[in-house]
Amino acid sequence: MAAEVMLMNEIEATAAQMGIDMNIDFSSIQLPPGENCGIISDDDDVYHDDQLEFDSGFGNVIVVDNLPVVPREKFEKLEGVIRKIYSQIGVIKEDGLWMPVDPETKKTLGYCFIEYNTPQEAELAKEKTHGYKLDRAHIFAVNMFDDFDKYMKVLDEWAPPEIKPYTPGENLQKWLADEKARDQFVIRAGTDTEVLWNDARQSKTEPVYKRTYWTESFVQWSPMGTYLATVHRQGAAVWGGANTFNRLMRYAHPQVKLIDFSPGEKFLVTYSSHEPSNPRDANRVVINIFDVRTGKMMRDFKGSADEFAVGGAGGVAGNSWPVFRWGGGKEAKYFAKLGKNMISVYETETFSLIDKKSLKVENVVDFSWSPTDPIIALFVPELGGGNQPARVSLVQMPGKEELRQKNLFSISDCKMYWQSNGDYLAVKADRYTKTKKSTYTGFELFRIKERDIPIEVLELDNKNDKIIAFAWEPKGHRFAVIHGDNPRPDVSFYSMRSTHNLGRVAKLTTLKGKQANALFWSPGGRFIVLAGLKGFNGQLEFFNVDELETMATAEHFMATDVEWDPTGRYVATSVTSVHEMENGFNIWSFNGKLLYRILKDHFFQFLWRPRPPSFLTPEKEEEIARNLKKYSKKYEAEDQDVSMLLSEQDREKRRMLKEEWEKWGSEWRRAQEEEKLERQKLRDGEASDEEEEYEAKEVEVEEVLDVSEEVLSFEE
Amino acid sequence: MRPILMKGHERPLTFLKYNRDGDLLFSCAKDHTPTIWFADNGERLGTYRGHNGAVWTCDVSRDSMRLITGSADQTVKLWNVQKGTQLYTFNFGSPARSVEFAIGDKLAVITTDPFMELTSAIHVKRIAGDSTEQTEESVLVIKGPQGRINRAVWGPLNRTIISAGEDAVIRIWDSETGKLLKESDKESGHKKTITSLTKAADGSHFLSGSLDKSAKLWDTRTLTLIKTYSTERPVNAVAMSPLLDHVVLGGGQDASAVTTTDHRAGKFEAKFYDKILQEEIGGVKGHFGPINALAFNPDGKSFSSGGEDGYMRLHHFDPDYFNIKI
Repeated sequence: MAAEVMLMNEIEATAAQMGIDMNIDFSSIQLPPGENCGIISDDDDVYHDDQLEFDSGFGNVIVVDNLPVVPREKFEKLEGVIRKIYSQIGVIKEDGLWMPVDPETKKTLGYCFIEYNTPQEAELAKEKTHGYKLDRAHIFAVNMFDDFDKYMKVLDEWAPPEIKPYTPGENLQKWLADEKARDQFVIRAGTDTEVLWNDARQSKTEPVYKRTYWTESFVQWSPMGTYLATVHRQGAAVWGGANTFNRLMRYAHPQVKLIDFSPGEKFLVTYSSHEPSNPRDANRVVINIFDVRTGKMMRDFKGSADEFAVGGAGGVAGNSWPVFRWGGGKEAKYFAKLGKNMISVYETETFSLIDKKSLKVENVVDFSWSPTDPIIALFVPELGGGNQPARVSLVQMPGKEELRQKNLFSISDCKMYWQSNGDYLAVKADRYTKTKKSTYTGFELFRIKERDIPIEVLELDNKNDKIIAFAWEPKGHRFAVIHGDNPRPDVSFYSMRSTHNLGRVAKLTTLKGKQANALFWSPGGRFIVLAGLKGFNGQLEFFNVDELETMATAEHFMATDVEWDPTGRYVATSVTSVHEMENGFNIWSFNGKLLYRILKDHFFQFLWRPRPPSFLTPEKEEEIARNLKKYSKKYEAEDQDVSMLLSEQDREKRRMLKEEWEKWGSEWRRAQEEEKLERQKLRDGEASDEEEEYEAKEVEVEEVLDVSEEVLSFEE
Repeated sequence: MRPILMKGHERPLTFLKYNRDGDLLFSCAKDHTPTIWFADNGERLGTYRGHNGAVWTCDVSRDSMRLITGSADQTVKLWNVQKGTQLYTFNFGSPARSVEFAIGDKLAVITTDPFMELTSAIHVKRIAGDSTEQTEESVLVIKGPQGRINRAVWGPLNRTIISAGEDAVIRIWDSETGKLLKESDKESGHKKTITSLTKAADGSHFLSGSLDKSAKLWDTRTLTLIKTYSTERPVNAVAMSPLLDHVVLGGGQDASAVTTTDHRAGKFEAKFYDKILQEEIGGVKGHFGPINALAFNPDGKSFSSGGEDGYMRLHHFDPDYFNIKI
């Protein structure tokens, strides 16, 4: 810093000698990051790249202040001490330690600069040694070199912030008002990312927006469909708008790997993991939480990967995403993280821990929020060789009262499934048999909304069946289970409300020997797709649970993904690039009729644009349901018009094609006729051209009769 | 009707050709012996022994007297169809990829692969009526296209030669001067190697198949793109029905990837398309390797396919086929 100031002095002195007015502040000439003088650059991303490189120039330099001031004789000793402290944290660059010396007194100035190989190391060093006590008088004050610049720019006097004039934003929900009530989806194939309408009535897609290299790894819709998030080296961005996709906000987070929205899409969580310079250390993890609309960073979390590993007690390597799980329904009042022997619950009002401390739960390995209420379900495995049973607890936030607890014996594993309204919780418990050689599975069913939260135990008819998949009916009271041993497991449906005695779980039916290993309920319930992915090569069965009947069976060969559209009218099945061939997607009606298929090489993603919950009041919805006939008339008429128009267009198109072909045909016949003589000459006068001029129709009829006799004799 | 499975080759099939009368079928394969079959019942008539490498292609004269074959042993041979004897051998410095007799059978067009320092080339040879007078000289040699030329055929009245190959461009050459007359458009044309090319019975239009998973129909005289048929697989072989407005595409995933996946993944199907509406009509399954060769009987009532699996399948159409309505 001193060097710079001296430099300025010199310049000013020189300028004064030359009679130049030096009232320009040099440091202000350089534009602060993000400033563009109101000129929107179309190579914005490139600009951003440069910015990043510039930052990294000093990003790995820290300034250590409050060092002892020592004379020349002790210089080397001090340098040695500093080097020892700081090389423990990361690799100091060659000539990366510089302790300036006062040129007059030959004493050090009480500070030094250290340059690391990476900004991450520098940051770590700052965190670890800020406040380090060398001795009583010398407590280190460590800062990033870049921060000096930032703090120097702060004006000495407070100036009122400029109030920007209000510019009305676009209607980000315009896509919901589509006249044909269609849904959108995004696909990623090759380098292209494309948003399309699903125009099922015309059995095709209609393009909305397409961009090459839109994202660097993946795209993701926000949970209510307002935004499409893209991921880049510099951070994440969200896109949306009334008619096209404009960039609405950017969130700086270098090398971001994963993103997650809060359920009400108010917040965006970004995650990155950085290789440590010392291979023995764990990766460093950075997690930022942004306000989606303003782009403001609300809270950041930094630490080693170990701290963010899920299942702390079990020592499971790697993180399961999302690290932070959102609770409290759409408002996203809380978010929580699993830690070692605790669950850290934060509230979004202050972005700090509830009651300033984590929820202590010894050996907790898993937890999950109710989708609607601030209730956490957590699981603690068995301890002490079975002396202390495993347990599942329901904890109410923010009070942290335990609502219900259930002890479970000889448990090997446990999984929790919430019903989408938070009405029920199913706990799938794998238990050891008496010999401890194998396991069998049972379910503990919690009725959250009933008094005292009754628990019911459900065991399958055949206790030894393996559970392959489990899924609640969205907003409903039924669930489906795939159980049994490969290759042909059974599928069973249960209801939490039996007709005779309410409050008992009852089996509805069991479908024997299905080629299925995944369950996909329609978002509206009632319909379900039983899918045989992977080993089953894409078998699909569309099942109506109300009627307990199969509507259709089909196959999308090699299908890897199945997704219902948000309205439950259509199903998309896709083959992504995990397979080399067949890449693309099929669109089916809810009852299993193939509407159309599109092939795309290097197909990566298919995502329906989610819809927010209905804006209608429950009364209005009920009224619509009651008068459905009246409303549906209009749509049926529209459907008919479309299909009429379509078949009309189709006929027209075919007629055109035939006509066009006829034109070519007559042209060819004419040319053929013209060249006839010459062709004969080429063949030494042989006239026979008959092979080229065929008239097939009569022959055809004759053959049909002949051959049909043959077929009869063949069958005998 | 059940297809007739013909097992006469020990290696993958490469090419199939019916004679004009439609009673004989010639097959070429990577084993060294072209084979002749009865086109009706699939009975094997005989083989033509003499080549010392994979045989890539063949053609038969209009009177079914002479057969010409091109082989990877760098020769093109003329044979007596009836006796199976060699009449003449043309020697080249590189493998011969395609051959075709001109109208009148007095000329033949031969393409040779790039090999060592030789570039690919199109040769025109004069075919003598009496094979004892046959000579080696070329009437014309055309060089220019990059990479292999997979197929070259004669245009109307032998005035032009149409070539297609690895560079995905279709070219029309003057067969007198060797001058390039037309080139297919890069935008509308094929994007990847053109593997096959077949002419309509009257030579007025032709169909090209490519690894870009499509086949395209072109006007022979103007090189106007008329139709495009898209499929899910690389196209190795194409054929056009002489009777109905149907085209057939054969292919499948690359042979090297076949063993890694379910046999159904390969989709080794011969796919039928409506020639005019460009819509898929149906498919004929059966091969368990990619289809390398397809040919229609000139009467349009049967067709045969040859696969990487070494089998030939001869299909006589059921009566239903002739009543397909779309």
